[in-house]
Amino acid sequence: MPININDVKKIAFLARIRVPDDALEPLAGELSNIIGWVEQLSEVDTDGVQPMTSVADMTWPRRADTVSDGDCADDVLANATEPEKKSDGGFYTVPKVIE
Amino acid sequence: MSTLTDLTITAAAAGMAKGYFTSEELTIAHVEAMEQAADLNAFITETPEIALERAKESDARRAAGNAQGTMDGIPIAVKDLFCTEGVLTTAGSHILDGFRPTYESTVTTKLRDAGAVMLGKTNLDEFAMGSANITSYYGPVKNPWKGQGDGKDGKDLVPGGSSGGSAAAVAARIALGATGTDTGGSIRQPASFTGIVGLKPTYGRCSRWGIVAFASSLDQAGPLTRTVEDAAHMLTVMAGHDAKDSTSAPIAVPDFAAGLNAGVKGLKVGIPKEYTLDGMPSEIQALWTQGMDWLKDQGAECAPVSLPHTKYALPAYYIVAPAEASSNLARYDGVRYGLRVAGDSLDEMYEATRGEGFGDEVRRRVLIGTYVLSAGYYDAYYIKAQRVRTLIAEDFRKAFEQVDVLLTPTAPSAAFAIGEKMDDPVAMYLNDVFTVPASMAGLPAISIPAGLDSGGLPLGLQLIAKPFDEETLLRAAAALEAAAGFDAKPGGAG
Repeated sequence: MPININDVKKIAFLARIRVPDDALEPLAGELSNIIGWVEQLSEVDTDGVQPMTSVADMTWPRRADTVSDGDCADDVLANATEPEKKSDGGFYTVPKVIE
Repeated sequence: MSTLTDLTITAAAAGMAKGYFTSEELTIAHVEAMEQAADLNAFITETPEIALERAKESDARRAAGNAQGTMDGIPIAVKDLFCTEGVLTTAGSHILDGFRPTYESTVTTKLRDAGAVMLGKTNLDEFAMGSANITSYYGPVKNPWKGQGDGKDGKDLVPGGSSGGSAAAVAARIALGATGTDTGGSIRQPASFTGIVGLKPTYGRCSRWGIVAFASSLDQAGPLTRTVEDAAHMLTVMAGHDAKDSTSAPIAVPDFAAGLNAGVKGLKVGIPKEYTLDGMPSEIQALWTQGMDWLKDQGAECAPVSLPHTKYALPAYYIVAPAEASSNLARYDGVRYGLRVAGDSLDEMYEATRGEGFGDEVRRRVLIGTYVLSAGYYDAYYIKAQRVRTLIAEDFRKAFEQVDVLLTPTAPSAAFAIGEKMDDPVAMYLNDVFTVPASMAGLPAISIPAGLDSGGLPLGLQLIAKPFDEETLLRAAAALEAAAGFDAKPGGAG
């Protein structure tokens, strides 16, 4: 199914990626080519075939539901994108969300 | 000191054990090689101070009688997709600007605990998405090999991807081995393009914890080395169950180097007929036939097998992998680490950060992934691809009822020039046509350097084995390696 400029705008918003206006049309072409190419899968008869959920034929072990980590706020915040503000009580900062 | 950089891991370990040289001497030789080959752009971050410090620690351990094993004191390169404590980790992306993890990935922790010496972090396609190492924010990596004829004279060639920096470093004798990751061929295809050994273990064999995620149901770490034995030694250290990765297999790790030379007498080798492609260079077809003869000469039996859904593995992969990537890469939002581009609202900050932070190929794949997972398309694309994936895995399961391993070419071409295949994403995706099927089925596979094409460029052959049967895979690989006797080196290396 061809992807048009409006489709690209919609997907780009869903993915939260800003796409410059002059890139919309080339992207629509590239994405249409890729989608057109993967659509050859429609030739495959998959009636009654279960979708794969795990590539390995085994039951994975589960770890105990206990706390195994913590008390490392400085480590967690070490790469914060606004480090000058992280001393404000140990938070990440973002633009104001609620007035 | 130049001969020190031409050793195998196995020989370097023996040399240190016998006291012929120290890890410090070995490491200095490699640091010098790294500096001299800076033009390859194989490294994003060089860590010579860390390397020398760990080399001295290794020598001290050895002097005290506490040497840890084959990897102790061995200089290796680490793909910049593995988080390394306190050392810049970029995934080849602008969006991880300045990211210094406060933790170390499980695989690099294991290598470090075994005494391996980290030379630096190698270049890669952005978020491991690419087959030519041309999508890195830090620029393309050059293949140390130069070709002749076919329009390649004097041109810089790609090393393959996405583990292109790791492959180039090992081929150019800058590192004795390197870590890579393989999602659809990212260890095996660059190994083929650079004339080295590249091993993708079974999904679940190595912990994914601390590796920047691309497609979680496919990603697997593995070694790039110059010999099969070296790959076995590195894998023995890298593998093992890890409670921090919920898909890490609770299976014992053997000494993979132990049974390498047991031979292939009576081994059943399947030749999948669907791996013969229209338009494939005749040299690759001929090398494949040669590979069958090499194994037959050593007592193996080759038999044709059919993997009927092979042709659909690549298109199914290009639904599944971008879908998982679009989900995994949602975490790069400018809030907690890496790049932040200001915006008036939270959504605008996300959009500006991700718009500027992701390169063209990553943006394409995130958009494709978002599309195939979006309302109204999920069943038609994503679920359809996962059903096809079941059929692909079933093809392999049936084939392995008849044979022990499969033999195929690794890639449909030798290395091509930087700048080629740039205009058409789908043409670039076709590089992985022989490697993606095993990835989709989670199987272990290895590329062995088997010969040179008429232009003097290396070509690889691929072996694929049953899940968690790396021992048979490596045994067959050792037999193939011995027969191929590949000893060509790129110009100027070593």
